[in-house]
Amino acid sequence: MRLLSKISGGKALLEALKREGVSIIFGIPGGAILPIYDELYDFDVRHVLCQHEQSAAHMADGFARASGKPGVCFATSGPGATNLVTGIANAYMDSSPLIAVTGQVPKPMIGKDAFQEVDIIGITTPITKYNFQPRSASEIPEIVKKAFFIALTGRKGPVLIDVPKDVQTEECEPEFPEKVTIRGYTPYKKPCEKQINIAVEWLASAEKPMILAGGGAAYPEASSYLLKISELLLAPVATSLMGKGAFPEDHPLSLGLLGMHGTLAANKLVSEADVLLSIGTRFSDRTTGKVDEFCKETKVIHIDIDEAEISKNKKVDLAIIADASEALKAIYDGLVNRLSKRGETPWLKRIKEFKSIWEGWIFEEESSKELKPIPILKILRKTLPIDSILVTEVGQNQMWSALYFKVFKPKTFITSGGLGTMGFGLPASIGAKAAKPDVPVVDVAGDGSFMMTENALSVSVAENFPIIAIIINNRVLGMVAQWQRLFYEKRYSAVKLDRVDFVKLAEAYGVHGVRVQDLNEFSNALKECLKLDVTSVIDVPISPEENVLPMVPPGSSLEKILGVEKWDWVMKKG
Amino acid sequence: MGLGDEKGLVLISAIVEHKPGVLHRISNMFRRRDFNIESISVGVTEFKDLARMTITVKGDERVADQVVKQMGKLIDVIYVEVLDWSNSVQRELALIKLKAETHEKRSEIMDYASVFRGRIIDVARDSLIVEITGDSEKIDAFINLTKPFGVIEVARTGITALSRGASSIGGVKGKT
Repeated sequence: MRLLSKISGGKALLEALKREGVSIIFGIPGGAILPIYDELYDFDVRHVLCQHEQSAAHMADGFARASGKPGVCFATSGPGATNLVTGIANAYMDSSPLIAVTGQVPKPMIGKDAFQEVDIIGITTPITKYNFQPRSASEIPEIVKKAFFIALTGRKGPVLIDVPKDVQTEECEPEFPEKVTIRGYTPYKKPCEKQINIAVEWLASAEKPMILAGGGAAYPEASSYLLKISELLLAPVATSLMGKGAFPEDHPLSLGLLGMHGTLAANKLVSEADVLLSIGTRFSDRTTGKVDEFCKETKVIHIDIDEAEISKNKKVDLAIIADASEALKAIYDGLVNRLSKRGETPWLKRIKEFKSIWEGWIFEEESSKELKPIPILKILRKTLPIDSILVTEVGQNQMWSALYFKVFKPKTFITSGGLGTMGFGLPASIGAKAAKPDVPVVDVAGDGSFMMTENALSVSVAENFPIIAIIINNRVLGMVAQWQRLFYEKRYSAVKLDRVDFVKLAEAYGVHGVRVQDLNEFSNALKECLKLDVTSVIDVPISPEENVLPMVPPGSSLEKILGVEKWDWVMKKG
Repeated sequence: MGLGDEKGLVLISAIVEHKPGVLHRISNMFRRRDFNIESISVGVTEFKDLARMTITVKGDERVADQVVKQMGKLIDVIYVEVLDWSNSVQRELALIKLKAETHEKRSEIMDYASVFRGRIIDVARDSLIVEITGDSEKIDAFINLTKPFGVIEVARTGITALSRGASSIGGVKGKT
């Protein structure tokens, strides 16, 4: 469609974003992006002013993960653009559709080391699916269309558009294409029938089938077929960190997290399985442990939309390159024709045995009211409605959440999986709240992570995105301290962090702040925050000596689990 | 037939968008994924908007598999495949500047060059430039042979290659 009058490149950009359904932009203006902000002044898209570009990117990322729509962030050239880098890398590692728009110095000044010039195209090439630098205003509509197409299809991911200032001001008569094609990019991949048939054959005849769901399976449609396949085969489901939410964790066949901080059930049973159906996972070192030891005797089927993931980390026996939901549907259709509902199997008995130990671990009756990670997360789960979104920071807080907070649906657990970005949680929770204003959004934080982007509290208040930050406050960089405790002879190098009064900090930002002393107070404070529906910080002091257990030491096989000595009897069976 | 030759090199041929920035994206991916480029040559194809890249990479079949997948994932790469060393032809061009202060030396070098089907493309008072085309071993052999004269400098294009027979990848306009 052609607009009748001439408009600036900046306006063409906003117009194109609006046509892609963008309703909210997170950003910070600056010199080289001023023309776009000038057009934004009377353009009807909401802009959320951030305090730091890293947070703007995390907010857009959180928005994308909660809504399934791309998140958009704006930054100026130079330091504005480089501040986005962590957020872009984070979105890339977790395959989140992010559109980053940066201002750039005018074309004639590019390459001259102009004020606030940085080669953001060069910098972000390895951390984006693609990046663009329009050289004239009339290119902008097609570039925006392509950017959204690339970000949202296949394996999703971030795309950056770097717009020189003179291109923003240049007048053009833009044409807005309805559709674009890119000849080197064909993201729609139908599952190959032959491979589906082999997968069906292997799974149907497996005695001990198991499923590993990664981030690629944590979408509503894929998740529903996953459930059907699991129930038909009586195959237990473990997830990677990114896969959490792909399978309801209160289901009898749910094993929870696999990997370095995986559950006993998941880590032990994965080596006992005869066929492993893995979906949308890259077999990260945190998920597989020592990869040469991982599923050595197991036939591994790998469904992934990204062909480059096949045999990148783990050599697999059967690869299906396709969208997870289509492949799972085809496998389910194949299985349902061959199998009838199964009764009790020896495999199921074994699963139940492990699950009961694990449930016993989680639900050990706490006689004291002392603030400890497990009961804190138990209370949180009991109190929050099931649709609530839990966002985490990175470190112990994240692993406690992954292990002890049960998630039932895709898109309700948001975490920085691949990059492990401390400071992600608070801004991402604000982005998630922007996407889902009607559900409670909670950021489970550690004090170390929280302080990295705490100024996003001001955005939460000023823009009215009321989230609840629960700071599990051990006054150390907890995960680092844990490694030092376990692997570095308790030489606590540079981890002590008793520096901030979080209640006073909250008050300074106009945030509801409360410190709790025991589990009862925590439970009450949480309920009050939910009722108040304003931005809140709950400071929950715990002992700095707490560990995340179980744990597989880095570089070890998944069977070498620390912290499970009292269950030796069951570990040795099988 | 293995993918690597006896030196452990994998030969990759790719059709890519012929536009600014593409070489950067590809070489960036090689560095980022820790693949080792041994040689790379780039030039336009029979289509003016497409370029062919011929890359040799150190590694085994697993590396070859990953290089092709990671290249295929790049949006500006239209088509990529591993070429079999024996089922493709490979050529490299080299310019070799040699010391040649005397008439005897000049004529000796010219004799060697003619045995290698090379050409003398520059003659100065005390040096010569020889142009040699062939597979890399032939060029290595020529350089070794003429070392005693004194090699002043060498410019090599890196390997470029095509598969044998009538098949083509240049006509492929969409990734297969």
